[in-house]
Amino acid sequence: MAHGPAKGFTRWLYTTNHKDIGSMYLWFSFAMFLLGGVFALVIRAELFEPGLQIVEPEFFNQMTTMHGLVMVFGAVMPAFVGLANWMIPMMVGAPDMALPRMNNWSFWILPFAFLIMVSTLFMEGGGPNFGWTFYAPLSTTYAPPSVTFFIFAVHIMGASSIMGAINIIATIFNMRAPGMTLMKMPLFVWTWLITAYLLIAVMPVLAGVVTMMLMDIHFGTSFFDAAGGGDPVLFQHVFWFFGHPEVYIMILPAFGIVSAIIPTFARKPLFGYSSMVYATASIAFLSFIVWAHHMFTVGMPIAGELFFMYATMLIAVPTGVKVFNWVTTMFRGSMTFETPMLFSIAFVILFTIGGFSGLMLAIAPADFQYHDTYFVVAHFHYVLVPGAIFSITAGVYYWLPKWCGNMYNETMGKTQFWLAFVGLNVTFFPMHFVGLAGMQRRVPDYNQFFADFNMISSCGAFLFGAAQIMLLYNVIATIRGGKKATAEVWDNPEGLEWTVASPAPYHTFATPPEVK
Amino acid sequence: MKTAGQKNSTPVICAKLGITVVMMFVFAIFIMPPLYDLFCDVTGLNGKTGDALSKDKANSFGVDTSRTIKVQFLATNNENMPWEFGPKITSVAVHPGEPTVINYMATNTTASDMVAQAIPSVVPFKAANYFHKTECFCFNNQPLAAGETTDLGLSFIVDIDIPKHIKTITLSYTLFDITETAKATGVTKLEADKGLSSTKRLSAPSFLSTLAALN
Repeated sequence: MAHGPAKGFTRWLYTTNHKDIGSMYLWFSFAMFLLGGVFALVIRAELFEPGLQIVEPEFFNQMTTMHGLVMVFGAVMPAFVGLANWMIPMMVGAPDMALPRMNNWSFWILPFAFLIMVSTLFMEGGGPNFGWTFYAPLSTTYAPPSVTFFIFAVHIMGASSIMGAINIIATIFNMRAPGMTLMKMPLFVWTWLITAYLLIAVMPVLAGVVTMMLMDIHFGTSFFDAAGGGDPVLFQHVFWFFGHPEVYIMILPAFGIVSAIIPTFARKPLFGYSSMVYATASIAFLSFIVWAHHMFTVGMPIAGELFFMYATMLIAVPTGVKVFNWVTTMFRGSMTFETPMLFSIAFVILFTIGGFSGLMLAIAPADFQYHDTYFVVAHFHYVLVPGAIFSITAGVYYWLPKWCGNMYNETMGKTQFWLAFVGLNVTFFPMHFVGLAGMQRRVPDYNQFFADFNMISSCGAFLFGAAQIMLLYNVIATIRGGKKATAEVWDNPEGLEWTVASPAPYHTFATPPEVK
Repeated sequence: MKTAGQKNSTPVICAKLGITVVMMFVFAIFIMPPLYDLFCDVTGLNGKTGDALSKDKANSFGVDTSRTIKVQFLATNNENMPWEFGPKITSVAVHPGEPTVINYMATNTTASDMVAQAIPSVVPFKAANYFHKTECFCFNNQPLAAGETTDLGLSFIVDIDIPKHIKTITLSYTLFDITETAKATGVTKLEADKGLSSTKRLSAPSFLSTLAALN
């Protein structure tokens, strides 16, 4: 097994190596992250001052829509799949993924999906302008003609995610090293196993809902058209039946990453391993019975409002278990604050803030006030940016020395952290205030009395964007050179991935390791 | 590679997960919408008033003259629907169990022939299951020639079992322009043949027959 990677471009096109595919996922995700970030900065530039300055309202709507779609499906999900590709085989002591050829395919259809989706921006009538939640009939009867391309792009992304999920489940079940029982698996593997099941369950529902849109638009059905006996509210139910598990798809692997990093830098084993596993499974289960809290204002009966309100609040219990476990892991540990740890601690604190605003939104009567305001925007950015983005960044810093064999620049890493941390809070914290005061989301103009907070938000957004360029520079510099990393990289970290050399050889665990 | 705890081979796992994927897709398209309709029918959510009640059944109710319920009529034109459309009287007082007939009126003010569909909704939602229609223009679509005016009849009966606290029922119709769809799919004819009711979402079989008709 001494042979290395093939040469030239075909290495990447034909590769079935989990490390190559993982790297491609991560680079693709970073490219999409920058693209989605540019869309976000167009939004923030327009909102810098009240009134219409930079873009037309129609284009603003396309920007809010594309920002959401690109970040959710292009940045966060592929980044987690990339990390899974890189780390899961190494964490369970497998030579590769269970289905390496399908792995290649599930990556390579992704750039085409996004090529199709982003190309709609240049089509007549513009790209999707109906929000990333694409509520019908806005996305059917009133949609631009390019919506059909959007539908096919979603189909391809869904197929990619489903294949990725099948691959991960097969790898975890069938490729573990001897002695690696389920309850000995690292939490990143556990959270990804559960995430993969969520993907299997809900990505087909997403494919179904866009297929129903397609039939309504082109084949004369009336799933969501009231004139034909359909119901637009049905769309929201089906969409959020996908959409709520989807938000956990974007956060559960993050829990796994943080659960790997915090014990390393607190120099204590993870507190409450099994409770972490059960909490993850409970969150995954609950995610299927809370979807209608996204639609408290559609006119549900009081019993429905109450059920979804209580079920939603119930999620705070397993999530609280996790937060307490992380805090307890750090408690009286010999903590050091390298970049991955800084991002992880910020994750715990900021994600908890986002969780609390989520609890406020879960209160059905209060939600009527908050619905579709910037308070909601503040909430889900507080859970997604520190939740998904910070944990991915933490994971990249944590495992980068293992991937490329060199240490990153710690000073630059810490600087990036503080820029991102300050940028994030400056951007999103004021949104709580303007949201509670009644500023609506997805509108390019606003009342003058929201002006100061919006200007602050916009400044923070550009600062946060600049921090990401620093991450890009740091990663490229680390790949090109730097202090050599040891096999262990950190101070006695736990996990099979630290038993192989740095950089990890092209083929690892050709003979399975013995796990005690 | 086999390990000790391994129960299924990789192809078996893939097949099982693949079947789950297909089942969830089928669930989203073919099961969730009918389930949602059923749920709305049972609970009266969205003010869906259900299918036509037969006249015999309607006449079998006694009349409860001790109570009077005010039934209000509303009409809304959906976006870009140019017809004149409205009830001839805005409200009527009825006893539960008393058959009542009222008329709406519609005028096609345009210079072209059009087809419209009225979609009913009742508030409060709790009243939806106690508001029975024996005849309604909303059971069929309404073709009107250019400039034509017509009366649209509605016969209804309020159930004698209607909860005591409901004193007012508001019935609202929204008129949709379905000229394009009717032309494209021949829905007009389909409905005339089958007498489809107001809850006539084109489900899988009729969707397939629509496709066949197109080809």
